[in-house]
Amino acid sequence: MEFDFAEEQPKFLMLMYGLIAFVVVVGGLLLLLDVVPAWFARRREAQLVTASASGAPLPRRRSKGEGLFALFFLLPTLLLLTVGLVVPAIRTTLLSFMDAGSTNWVGLRNYGWMFSDDSIVRVLINTLVWVVLVPLIATGFGLIYAVLVDKARFESVAKSLIFLPMAISFVGASIIWKFVYAYRGEGDQIGLLNQIVVSLGGEPKQWLLESPLNTLLLIVIMVWIQAGFAMVVLSAAIKAIPGDIVEAARLDGVSPWQMFWQITMPSIRPALIVVVVTLTIATLKVFDIVRTATNGNYDTSVIASEMYNQAFRYGQNGQGSALAVFLFILVIPVVIYQIRNLRQQREG
Amino acid sequence: MAVFTRPRQAFVIAGVLGLALSATACGTGDDKKSNNAGSAECAAYDKYEGHDGKKVSIYASIRDAEADLLRTSWKAFEDCTGIEIDYEGNAEFEAQLPVRVDGGNAPDLAFVPQPGLVKRFADAGKLKSLGADTKTMAEQNLPADWLKYGTVNGTLYGVPLGANVKSFVWYSPKLFKEKGWTVPTSWDDLIKLSDTIAASGIKPWCAGIESGDATGWPATDWIEDVILRTQGPEVYDQWTTHAIPFNDPRIVDAVNRAGTILKNEKYMNGGFGGVKSIGTTAFGEAGLPVTTGKCAMHRQASFYANQFPEGTKVAEDGDAFAFYFPAIDTAKGKPVLGAGEFVVGYTDRPEVQAVQTYLASSEYVNSRAKLGNWVTANNKLDIANVASPIDKLSVQILQDKSGVFRFDGSDLMPAAVGAGTFWKGMVEWINGKDTASVLQGIESSWK
Repeated sequence: MEFDFAEEQPKFLMLMYGLIAFVVVVGGLLLLLDVVPAWFARRREAQLVTASASGAPLPRRRSKGEGLFALFFLLPTLLLLTVGLVVPAIRTTLLSFMDAGSTNWVGLRNYGWMFSDDSIVRVLINTLVWVVLVPLIATGFGLIYAVLVDKARFESVAKSLIFLPMAISFVGASIIWKFVYAYRGEGDQIGLLNQIVVSLGGEPKQWLLESPLNTLLLIVIMVWIQAGFAMVVLSAAIKAIPGDIVEAARLDGVSPWQMFWQITMPSIRPALIVVVVTLTIATLKVFDIVRTATNGNYDTSVIASEMYNQAFRYGQNGQGSALAVFLFILVIPVVIYQIRNLRQQREG
Repeated sequence: MAVFTRPRQAFVIAGVLGLALSATACGTGDDKKSNNAGSAECAAYDKYEGHDGKKVSIYASIRDAEADLLRTSWKAFEDCTGIEIDYEGNAEFEAQLPVRVDGGNAPDLAFVPQPGLVKRFADAGKLKSLGADTKTMAEQNLPADWLKYGTVNGTLYGVPLGANVKSFVWYSPKLFKEKGWTVPTSWDDLIKLSDTIAASGIKPWCAGIESGDATGWPATDWIEDVILRTQGPEVYDQWTTHAIPFNDPRIVDAVNRAGTILKNEKYMNGGFGGVKSIGTTAFGEAGLPVTTGKCAMHRQASFYANQFPEGTKVAEDGDAFAFYFPAIDTAKGKPVLGAGEFVVGYTDRPEVQAVQTYLASSEYVNSRAKLGNWVTANNKLDIANVASPIDKLSVQILQDKSGVFRFDGSDLMPAAVGAGTFWKGMVEWINGKDTASVLQGIESSWK
């Protein structure tokens, strides 16, 4: 196809506007963050100077200005949270007790539907499988890798190999893996997996059609993306273990196995929890992978994709909202655990 | 954490950026369209005059090259009347339109391809009924059964725009001639021919129902076509309106009959593999083996002509052509399955009504048809303006007053069934699930 620069000019103009707008907004924000604190700092400095000059007692740390300062940073966040999160959450909850067109109250019918409809129960089971397997495998893989490559030669190269998939979007990764799983009935296989099977003398299979194998194959995609994240965080935690502890353990003559369980694991426990919690929440919300790879067909659907289908494609606002609320409820305990954990650490 | 070490430096940067922004903003001052109303070629648009400088937004699922054709097709109207049509096409149209409407950001007009969706918006009180001029124009130019699909509870909301005919089987005239096969004119001939082809070592049929978000729809078309053929239009209407259950024995029968082709390993799936490969074959690619001789027949709508690679001769003596999907019971007539989109209005400002009226007019349909690859049920369409032979055949079928035409059933049903469980059910059916439990599942989802 020929590329006519003149014809595409409006698009380039648009692109330029976008870039300029980005620079202005981001630059403006950075500037604001630079100027405003500096202003407060200068004011406080002046206060201190005048206070010391006049010999009066120094003003208390938390002055009125400081409160204003805190509000300056809090207000936009609070506003955005209210508009973007709190209000929609309340509205969704209300909608989940209403019918498809959001006109009549139906009580708990949508929730009843959720747990009685076979296909939705299947969706819930799939989500459970995802939530159990992804954090477990990804964290496990990341941990083992981090321990194995720690202080090894070419450590950074080995780590970047695992970390690279993190840079790919979920949709992109799903398309890549869809090619891996691709099937051709006749002629050459274009899918890596089937080519391997064929060269080993097997029959090519339609991987994504067979339940429950297909759900596991989709989970592989998520693990592939997220193992890098787990590895990086855990590797940093391992490196942060004080050297004298490790040395002391060495002097005591621990085996590598004891070293791992007695020293490494307890030391990186906080990081481990952060990784598992983050991955759990990310997995609960998984949507892109399922939608791109199978669109929820062949019994692979999960809550988030089913929610989108019900609410936006089938016009079943009530049922979609009920799924959304259920997802929300599932995330709450994980978040509470995380907060409690953080608090304990701070106290301890 | 000072981002800029010197505040002055930061101000200079911000100032320059601000200047740059305002300078470029000035560069695109809207230069008003020259209004050449009153000239000879604008005479046809006289009745839409008086809205100079007004804007009308249209939202639809038609994108890319087809969208460019749309824009070209109403260019003269825009130039003469001064109404600016702001067209936007979106692949996620069906999901995004309700979001936009509920969010208070409805377009002025939308091209909705599903009467079921038209009904949903009409029931919710979001749609404006047609203005008097539009209604008169629509009633003059369009057949009553098409208007019926745009009507909800006795009020006409949607004006039929484009159309397509689905009851076609694509084949390669060259291959048929070479092998001495003839185009079948009855269902029995079709099955006999399929057996002959299968015996010759070529898979007689190819099919594919993978279509991203909409995976499954090509299979629903198969079912609808067969129901129309075995049961006739009355039962079909009862089925699409849920007057009879989805798992009625007559429907089960028809689905099983479609299965004798679609789920037949001997017949399926030329160029792709076994029956199960239908589920993962993209609908756009599914018919391509027809041109390479790997499969002999592919049942798909008239618009499939656009899918063949460039250089493919689509003609009665070319690389690809289509024949009418034969009737089963000749006593039930020659039924035709089709689909199309409807122009509905979310606002009824005078200029919006003018555009809506114009889209139903003979000026518009002929202007669009001349650009190619388009047919409509609008009877003001001059067949001389239709270039492609398959489009010509479609127009003849659509304008044939004796033909039994029925709209795509899955588009008539509520979206949760038509675009939900029916599609998903067909995917499972192709993947090996038995007819009875698939239809039972769809039935239980229809509330």
